[in-house]
Amino acid sequence: MPTRDGAQAAATAEIETLTIKDYKSGDKPVWCPGCGDFGVLSATYKALAQLQLPKKDVVVVSGIGCSSRTPYFMSTYGFHGVHGRSLPIATGIKLTNPDLTVLVMGGDGDLMAIGAGHFPHAAARNIDVTCVMMDNQTYGLTKAQASPTSFIGHKSKSTPYGVITKPMRPVMFALTSGATFVARGYSAKPNDLTQLLQQGIEHKGFSFIHVQSPCAEFFNTYDYYDEHITNLPEGWNTQNLEKAMALATTEEKVHLGVFYEEDRPVFERTAHEFEAQINEFVLDDYLKRFA
Amino acid sequence: MPRDDFVIRIGGDTAIGGVISTGENFTVAAARLGFRTFTFRTYPAEIKGGHAWFQVRISNRPVYSLGDGCDILITFDQEAYELHKADLNEGGVLIYDSNLVAPEHDGFIEYGIPFQKIAREELDFVRGTNVLILGVMAGLFGLPPASLEEMVRNRYKRRAELMEKNLEALRHGFEYTKGIQKQDKFWLGTADHIARLIMSGNDAITAGALHSGCRYFAGYPITPASDILETMAVQLPRFGGVCLQAEDEMAALASVIGASYAGTRAMTATSGPGFSLMTELMGLASMGEIPVVIVNAQRSGPSTGMPTKLEQGDLFHAIYGGHGDFPRIVLAPASVQNCFRVTVLAFGLAEKYQMPVIILSDQSLSHRTETIEQVNVEGFPVMERLRPDGATPEDYLRYQLNDNGISPMAIPGVDPQTYVSPGLEHDERGHPRLSAGIHEAMTKKRFRKLELVRDHIDTEEFAPRYGDEPAELGIIGWGATQGSIREAVDRAREKGYKVAAMHPRCLNPLPEKRLREFIESCERILVPECNYQGQFAHHMAAELGVQPMRMNKIGGLPFTPGEIFAKIEEVLAHAYA
Ligand SMILES: Cc1ncc(C[n+]2csc(CCOP(=O)(O)OP(=O)(O)O)c2C)c(N)n1
Repeated sequence: MPTRDGAQAAATAEIETLTIKDYKSGDKPVWCPGCGDFGVLSATYKALAQLQLPKKDVVVVSGIGCSSRTPYFMSTYGFHGVHGRSLPIATGIKLTNPDLTVLVMGGDGDLMAIGAGHFPHAAARNIDVTCVMMDNQTYGLTKAQASPTSFIGHKSKSTPYGVITKPMRPVMFALTSGATFVARGYSAKPNDLTQLLQQGIEHKGFSFIHVQSPCAEFFNTYDYYDEHITNLPEGWNTQNLEKAMALATTEEKVHLGVFYEEDRPVFERTAHEFEAQINEFVLDDYLKRFA
Repeated sequence: MPRDDFVIRIGGDTAIGGVISTGENFTVAAARLGFRTFTFRTYPAEIKGGHAWFQVRISNRPVYSLGDGCDILITFDQEAYELHKADLNEGGVLIYDSNLVAPEHDGFIEYGIPFQKIAREELDFVRGTNVLILGVMAGLFGLPPASLEEMVRNRYKRRAELMEKNLEALRHGFEYTKGIQKQDKFWLGTADHIARLIMSGNDAITAGALHSGCRYFAGYPITPASDILETMAVQLPRFGGVCLQAEDEMAALASVIGASYAGTRAMTATSGPGFSLMTELMGLASMGEIPVVIVNAQRSGPSTGMPTKLEQGDLFHAIYGGHGDFPRIVLAPASVQNCFRVTVLAFGLAEKYQMPVIILSDQSLSHRTETIEQVNVEGFPVMERLRPDGATPEDYLRYQLNDNGISPMAIPGVDPQTYVSPGLEHDERGHPRLSAGIHEAMTKKRFRKLELVRDHIDTEEFAPRYGDEPAELGIIGWGATQGSIREAVDRAREKGYKVAAMHPRCLNPLPEKRLREFIESCERILVPECNYQGQFAHHMAAELGVQPMRMNKIGGLPFTPGEIFAKIEEVLAHAYA
């Protein structure tokens, strides 16, 4: 699939094609056997290779959590921040260098609990980043407490009587906040996930990809998802916000695919175009207003 | 002899309006003629209504502080009179609206003028009351009305009718004073007409940031830092930059860190409550060795405290706040002029030493205006961040352990040497490594940079000394108190005391050599600061092992020169007793 960078790469020819291996840092993931995040990581390598994105032009930003370790396994640029602040860090990167491809990767705790205050704002601004939430419905790194997406009744170390909080619905949250690309994938379906990641990266604007990524160790939901997942209906219209919201809130099934897409100006591009003419800063001229 | 160095204070309810703007207009007109001005203002924390006051010290000579009390008090209402009459100096002048204020006639020179009535009945323009007062002030104290007329013309350029009405009010006020028997001795005379600048501390910080190449700013509104955000929102797009109103202060600093990581010089500005929220991210910037500049315009705390009043209460937080051992640089500008220089230094140090630099300003400095000399940037050293030169991506060590601790920083999209900026402890490549040996080596590396900072700040420029050497008393201050200390020292020396002052601009690390020399040369040391705990005195005691005398003021108002002078006399009187 030719992209801006892919096309450039082709034009300057001879540049060697990048393979999946090229995007690996060589550090072995610290995840437990069976962790869904392995599937997300390999789908990410594949999507980047298919888009032929130069390593120096990609930044993977994360918060804290098992899933947020992802940047260390990538050979691109990366940023491992503090818990919950990946989106604003990515915002600063994109606002000052809109040409970079920026991925934000993290867990349901990172993006829906401690960092939830940033999520609707990044979406509403339509910052051109791809936000991949690896949702294991538990706090992996801190070992098995409940998360904002845990099911009602879920017994965890922090909810010994069972969760009594209605689970957050990340896809719905993204839709109501103004995300311009909203999709859901499943870590156990890496090929479809690769496709979603690729589309999300290519989309100009805030892309949110909700990935069901089970935690084999603390909250094994593979059976649940194998049973409940289904693709979005054949011929799904991705321009219909209302219908997207309806499916985002059904409880019988967990739909996979692109829920919604919208074309809306990207914050960082608009913000760089407020002034038709960009001038060099000249101190003496600037200080005249104080004379 | 006429007095041409005096303080005018104007007080009234903001619901009526014009308290601050009347003062500001008079100030700007005087400054344009070459007078030195130094303003101070407080706002009510309320949105509408509440008492506000403004004062300006105007002089034919350089002024360094707000002065003592006031010489001319203009009261718009009874409340203003009640609140400020005690601050009116001997021989002072009270100007009041004779229909709204009933003064006690206790020995001041009084000019009671029915301002509102005149505006309503003679000018049919109640809203012109402020301009009428301006005319009266010009007539009474010798400010040529032409300078004020020019300002009115500019202000109402596009509204001819309003311009005429305001000009008429101004002239009416000026003419009115011809019928007043002048009894006071305050008269401005002529100034040198040398062009100077009139700016606030926040203006100077913003100008310094733009000059330093700051092209990204993010902030969340908070008094008294909001106008930095507002100015940046206007200015940055003109110079290819971007300004973000963030959803909170964590987002503000996080995005500034992101911008700097991506290669752009970046800054945020806040006050105490926001600074508290930024604390965790300050540690991230220090761990990842990312240059950022954080302005904390301190206000009275804790919690929401007194949002529109000053305090120097965040020094501990700036120097010691946050979890873990991490270096950060803390600078404190001492005047409006110095705000510019310190901001340029902040960016230089942040870039060169790749760590957070905090500029501790305060409410009085943020919003007071001063006439300052033209800014001369010649001789400011250029300080850039170290970039990877030549290292292959495979050999590149973002956190290379070396003698000075400064390691090369690659920029995404530009350099092929990709790396992950870590919050975890890491090896030289930036990969997580949680061993004791690595943590020790990396902690030392990060702190090595802080030691090098001393070379830049342990200097006459950034730790200036003033007054006698040797001295019976040495005063060490920080931040906006410099001017009051300097004037107090002048007064004390005129009376024959041997007094000196030192005012370091960098509080972490301290300019140790110069401070020790200074302390050596003084028989005793006094540290005045606007906080309860004596935070700087405490810091000095910890760093230098000295126990200075303390002088603390916690009312939300700055020190006056008179207060410090009185303390000098007290200390030295005791010394001789
Ligand atoms: C401010 C702060 N609070 C708490 C923590 C501890 N902590 C680390 S990761 C985490 C939650 C991780 O859950 P999630 O984001 O869902 O990621 P996962 O590990 O499940 O992939 C918590 C609470 C922290 N690092 N920082």
